[in-house]
Amino acid sequence: MMAELVDDTHRTGSPPGGTGAGLGRWISAAGRRHSLPILLLLLLGFVAPLLTIVGFSFMPPRTFSIWQWPTFENYRVIFAETYYTSFLWSLGMAVVTVAILIVICYPVAYGLAKTFGRWANLVTLLMVLPLFVSENVRLYGWVLFFIKGGVLLGAIKSLFGVELESVLFQPGTIIFGMVYVYLPFMLFPMTLGVSMVPRDLVDAANDLGASRLQIFREVELPLAMPGLVIGSLLTFVLAVGAIAEAKVLGGQSVIPVTHDIEIAFTYAQNWPLGAGISVMLILIVGALVLAVLRRFDLDRILGRR
Amino acid sequence: MTIEGTKRWSHALITAWTVVIVLFIYMPAFCGLLASLTSSRYFNFPITKWGLVWWGKTFASLEVRALLSTSITIALIVTAISVVLAFFAALAFARYEWRGRSIFQKIVLLPIFFPQSVLGLALLLWFNALGIETSWKTAVFAHLVWVVPVATLVISIQVYSFDPALEEAAFDLGASRWQVLKEVTLPVLWPGLFSGALFSFLLSWGNFPLSLFTDGADTTVPEYMYAKMVAGYTPGVPVLGTVSTVGAAVLLLGGYAFILLVRRARAEDGPTG
Repeated sequence: MMAELVDDTHRTGSPPGGTGAGLGRWISAAGRRHSLPILLLLLLGFVAPLLTIVGFSFMPPRTFSIWQWPTFENYRVIFAETYYTSFLWSLGMAVVTVAILIVICYPVAYGLAKTFGRWANLVTLLMVLPLFVSENVRLYGWVLFFIKGGVLLGAIKSLFGVELESVLFQPGTIIFGMVYVYLPFMLFPMTLGVSMVPRDLVDAANDLGASRLQIFREVELPLAMPGLVIGSLLTFVLAVGAIAEAKVLGGQSVIPVTHDIEIAFTYAQNWPLGAGISVMLILIVGALVLAVLRRFDLDRILGRR
Repeated sequence: MTIEGTKRWSHALITAWTVVIVLFIYMPAFCGLLASLTSSRYFNFPITKWGLVWWGKTFASLEVRALLSTSITIALIVTAISVVLAFFAALAFARYEWRGRSIFQKIVLLPIFFPQSVLGLALLLWFNALGIETSWKTAVFAHLVWVVPVATLVISIQVYSFDPALEEAAFDLGASRWQVLKEVTLPVLWPGLFSGALFSFLLSWGNFPLSLFTDGADTTVPEYMYAKMVAGYTPGVPVLGTVSTVGAAVLLLGGYAFILLVRRARAEDGPTG
């Protein structure tokens, strides 16, 4: 009787009793309790900062405090000026990056999930490793590769005696850099997706006389879709938020939206404007992520039995 | 051509393509290594003067030593806190059935699906609004916001393969909560926790966008390298880059080997593990 009135945290103070219902209730409360620390962290470190940035976007331009009378001035400036070109560059380059990644990652994902057997662990490890070196360092390695007198052009010169122009500092090179940096983020979700395709189903389709292309289109692709979509979403979001690629490899030939934000916060000393652009970016990315994540059951993708 | 023949061909093609991708992934690290091994002030390929001059100079520099100690301090503290928080979060994520779990899972994923540079900025504004001065301590907090969700995912994958009946059986046999945690849960889940710790350390160590905005006057290794890249070349950058890559490789491969060894030792001990 009392137990019904006491709140959940109290009730779970002791281990479950023998009854099935008690156990179920204990498990449910334990889940809630264990979720609290991280939710607190995210409340203080994710939700609150996002609200702050939204708040700042309504402050008068070039001010540094959040306790002032709100205004729409920053949003007016964003829509009136040419910020949309940076948005288009960022979104466009992200789309191209995702498209390229889908094509180049699929065979590797297929290999990891189906054909490599015990080598799959080693290949996975080799692909994870670069994630732990900060991306600007890895991009800098490509600068050393592409730059005049660097590994590529230097090798061509000494082998064939031809001097070529460097391909650095062009939009194409920025996309190359994004494909490079975000490859693992496409590969791993995709591998999870492909490993969800049961081999029997493919064999059955094969026995029934389906061609390789038909099997791919009608069996493998639909079943691997969750992993593929998650991978695309992840790489898209990261690519939209990318900043180092355009700076290190692109030499400012293109100004992505993240660069606009950084300029507003640093050189221009206009925090509210930078906050406004950030909020626009968050809205675009957030709408997309929520729309896609809503459709997926994470337990199934991450491999609950 | 027979079906088996086609299969063999496509497998060979897949393997060849994977080798190409792995080479692609390691190309920049290789270029960095080459650039660190030249003795001249500027990098020119093919290298004419090989040598370790810049390695010596870089490590003799007091500035670099201070950077390394800042980066390592941040990464160690992040790892310690992250493993504990992510352990509980992973249990809520993958172990317990509870109402709100599916929303919880999506909330946990949100910071991962979020542009880090924008998150860094938002944190900076938040610290500013609270009147907190940014330093390496605020950077620890910023790293946690991003690292803990990743570590939660890593540990969750292990938790998914954990049989809840084990814990329940221990409870039925009269074990206390603490005993169950120590004798059943942790021994079964430790490879996941270990991977979670490795991920936390390495992700914090390599992070650039969050540190850039949230560590104030302190500087981490990735930030220093970035500043040097933008403001004129020094061969110290490839040296530090190579150290980062090789260090991560040693930690990761060593950690992986360690897990395999312990598993093998346990398997030999008998079916208790």
